[in-house]
Amino acid sequence: MEITKHIIEKHGLNLEEFKSIQKLLKRDPNLLELGIFSAMWNEHCSYKSSRLHLKKLPTKGKQVIQGPGENAGVIDIGDDDAIVFKIESHNHPSYIEPYQGAATGVGGILRDVFTMGARPIALLNSIHFGSPSHPKTKTLLNGVVSGIGGYGNCIGIPTVAGETKFNETYNENILVNAMAVGHAQKSKIFYSKAKGINKSVVYVGSKTGRDGIHGASMASAEFDENSEEKKPTVQVGDPFTEKLLLEACLELMKDDSIIAIQDMGAAGLTSSSVEMASKGSLGIELELDKVPCREENMTPYEMMLSESQERMLIILEDGKESHARKIFEKWDLDFVVIGKTTNTKNLIMKFKNKTEGIIPIEALASKAPIYDRKWSKKKQSKKKIELKSLKKVGLEEGLIKILSSPNHSNKSWVTSQYDQMVMCDTAQRSGSDAAVIRIHKKNKAIAVSVDSSANYCKSHPITGGKQIVCENWRNIISVGARPLAITNCLNFGNPENSEVMGEFAECLDGIKEACEFLNYPVVSGNVSFYNGTNKKNIFPTPVIGGVGLIKKLSKPMNHYFKSEKSNILLIGKTFGHLEQSCFLKENFSIIEGIPPEINLVNEKNNGEIILKLINNGLIKSVHDVSSGGLLVALSEMSIGTNFGIKIQKPKKLTNLTGYFFGEDQGRYVIEIDPSNLDKVVKLLNENNIYHDNLGVTQKEFFEIEDEMKISNKELFKVNNHWYNNY
Amino acid sequence: MKSSVIVFPGSNCDRDIAVALEKLQFKNKMVWHKETSLPKSDLIVIPGGFSYGDYLRSGAIAGKSLIIDEVIKAANSGCLVLGICNGFQILTETGLLKGTLLRNKNLRFINRDVNIKVINNQTKFSSKYKSNQILKINIAHNEGNYFTNSKHLDQLKKDNLIAFKYCDENGNVNESSNPNGALENIAGIYNTKKNILGMMPHPERMVDDIISNTDGINLFSGLIN
Repeated sequence: MEITKHIIEKHGLNLEEFKSIQKLLKRDPNLLELGIFSAMWNEHCSYKSSRLHLKKLPTKGKQVIQGPGENAGVIDIGDDDAIVFKIESHNHPSYIEPYQGAATGVGGILRDVFTMGARPIALLNSIHFGSPSHPKTKTLLNGVVSGIGGYGNCIGIPTVAGETKFNETYNENILVNAMAVGHAQKSKIFYSKAKGINKSVVYVGSKTGRDGIHGASMASAEFDENSEEKKPTVQVGDPFTEKLLLEACLELMKDDSIIAIQDMGAAGLTSSSVEMASKGSLGIELELDKVPCREENMTPYEMMLSESQERMLIILEDGKESHARKIFEKWDLDFVVIGKTTNTKNLIMKFKNKTEGIIPIEALASKAPIYDRKWSKKKQSKKKIELKSLKKVGLEEGLIKILSSPNHSNKSWVTSQYDQMVMCDTAQRSGSDAAVIRIHKKNKAIAVSVDSSANYCKSHPITGGKQIVCENWRNIISVGARPLAITNCLNFGNPENSEVMGEFAECLDGIKEACEFLNYPVVSGNVSFYNGTNKKNIFPTPVIGGVGLIKKLSKPMNHYFKSEKSNILLIGKTFGHLEQSCFLKENFSIIEGIPPEINLVNEKNNGEIILKLINNGLIKSVHDVSSGGLLVALSEMSIGTNFGIKIQKPKKLTNLTGYFFGEDQGRYVIEIDPSNLDKVVKLLNENNIYHDNLGVTQKEFFEIEDEMKISNKELFKVNNHWYNNY
Repeated sequence: MKSSVIVFPGSNCDRDIAVALEKLQFKNKMVWHKETSLPKSDLIVIPGGFSYGDYLRSGAIAGKSLIIDEVIKAANSGCLVLGICNGFQILTETGLLKGTLLRNKNLRFINRDVNIKVINNQTKFSSKYKSNQILKINIAHNEGNYFTNSKHLDQLKKDNLIAFKYCDENGNVNESSNPNGALENIAGIYNTKKNILGMMPHPERMVDDIISNTDGINLFSGLIN
């Protein structure tokens, strides 16, 4: 078959890239080889546009066992315990087929974690939809939420935290990011680096079908009006089989049978075999006749590029075959030796006694293109928002507008569709600043949270990048955990657009600066470009997933007020920054200006003091102040409890709205027993921590003297209305 | 007190129930679905999860598995049997318990803590609870909407075979305290001999204050004596 220009373009490659392929092979590729290049050189697998920038990120630290480059990141949480975690996007498939797209997103990220020898203990997600009034949003929301639940609930891993947001920028391109967290023994972590020649390459798990062929290429292109036609490239998930695969793999991992293991994710058999061979500087030879197929007459091309789910590739030690086979047969899974490692440094594919393709491994991996794409700095608009010209909105009215908005409404409609309790170690469920998961049969725990701020990142990428790291750090701190490391999912538009590339570069600058300052390294992640339709790019949406450690778990700290007559303190200084605030967005539809500044020194000092107060048992509840500002934070501490607030406006306040709705960063609200007030204030003063004494808690009412008084019940109603009526 | 937990491919609450049983001093064994005999047991638990992926119908394939014949034999000779969530669904598939579990009324998976009321506290499973005691227990299911024919319902009432009913925090049993549409808010039932209990809520999730509460403990500790 002749490789025409049309075929090359169909494979998502440009002519330059095709020339490089010819040069690397010293001949023309055949169709199978072209397909393999296309799968390995697309943006999703090769990180060709992002790699130069990703190098900036801090990835090291005492706590880091394995940084980016493996199936998932690994951190040390003391004793022989390690936490393995990663976040990944499944945006494009989820827009085309929301249930399966979201479900297989969860399945894929779980495999990344248990491939490394970890038992998954928690799932998180960050899902972003278009405007609620967009005709597709409701169907997408329903499909994605039930897909995430369908997979996690069935496999029996709790979905413990996440965010669900709406913004018209995602009207034609939703975001579905899934994060998995696992627990492993430090001494039993498995990697994907092949070692030794003539070792058996074993295929385990589900059979290969025609689903998902070229899925990774689809994820590396913009959508257009024909995107719906791409439905056949969306994979179909089977959480039941994944549960069997999980148990079988963990059973085999109890001894030393495995040399290397890699899940077949994007670009399936191709990327898994290339990755293992490349890391080990070896070759790999596959006999494709042996690949277990679900459908008849599958060609080598289809087998190599299928993205059928729930499959793994394992390189076994000599003599371990029958032992391993027994385990997989017990779990009713396929187990077939389909090839061996070689010293040729080539990927060789044989089918029906014929060699169908030979590609040097390095041509697919280290020699894949890297682009230094053009990028431009964000130009700041000079436009000032004339706040004084806006209609006056009272505190109560403003608060109700925010609490009843889709983005701030109570999310239990979403979270109650996820099993949060299975495995019986979820000590803090979703709805808090971070979820807390106990390490099984131990008294330590981890805290996990995912965060993003697309509006901030759009208006000022560097500040936005810093802010999401800080907000995530704050959320982990607010449940009493020491933040350890993050994973990131970088959702951006078309990297060939210099403005988008600028947003990418600058967001990463911000992330880097905050991570370095807070000793919060990036240990894994994923880049998703080409989020947009017909040249319209989404707002830059990096998502941060953080993990922290609670060394000794008692009842975890949370944000709910615990009693009446407690003192309420605001930690951190309030300047009244309203630009880019939720207040202006929900009350005036104004999304303009720059986001609040990040002061990393204050951020760190304030966070450290909160941790100290929690660890010394000096506070009853704590909540970080984020989107919506102080008043929203206070209301979130009240809703769902019997306790509200009774506070006074600070004296000489000039900007009432700014004080209560401003989104200045690095702030927390804490509830203190009056008997501890002096001690806490003394500690704050000794450490030069700025704080305001706001007032006290009271029963049943939420009250700011001379400004507003509303019952907790009413606030609850307002906050729980939207989803149930959507 | 010896217990056995049956493990099907796709069971996912097997570890949770084992932890709870061991915490309460049961000598517990896990029994793989391909086994053809049961270890000597005073209590057999069929745990929650998605046995065989819940393909075909929840619990349908597990209800025809190799080990289940042994469970039926043991149950008929008076051994205590507890089916939780998917375990309850499996028990109805085997016929050990009558009725069926339909899809939740809202057609969605539901996971949350609900209140349930102890209707009959005169059985081995419930003797440590007070009559009408309100428990807060976690539910997590797609198909928890209990249904049976009116003749069986009359029998359930007459013979006091309703174990638990969904209620609100004050004990009111009504439509608004019914999470899944179950007939008369039924959350769990016994067989006529009251040695078999099937329930949708997960008592094994409620045995530890750090995680949730301890409302589930009495169900297990009552069996020890």
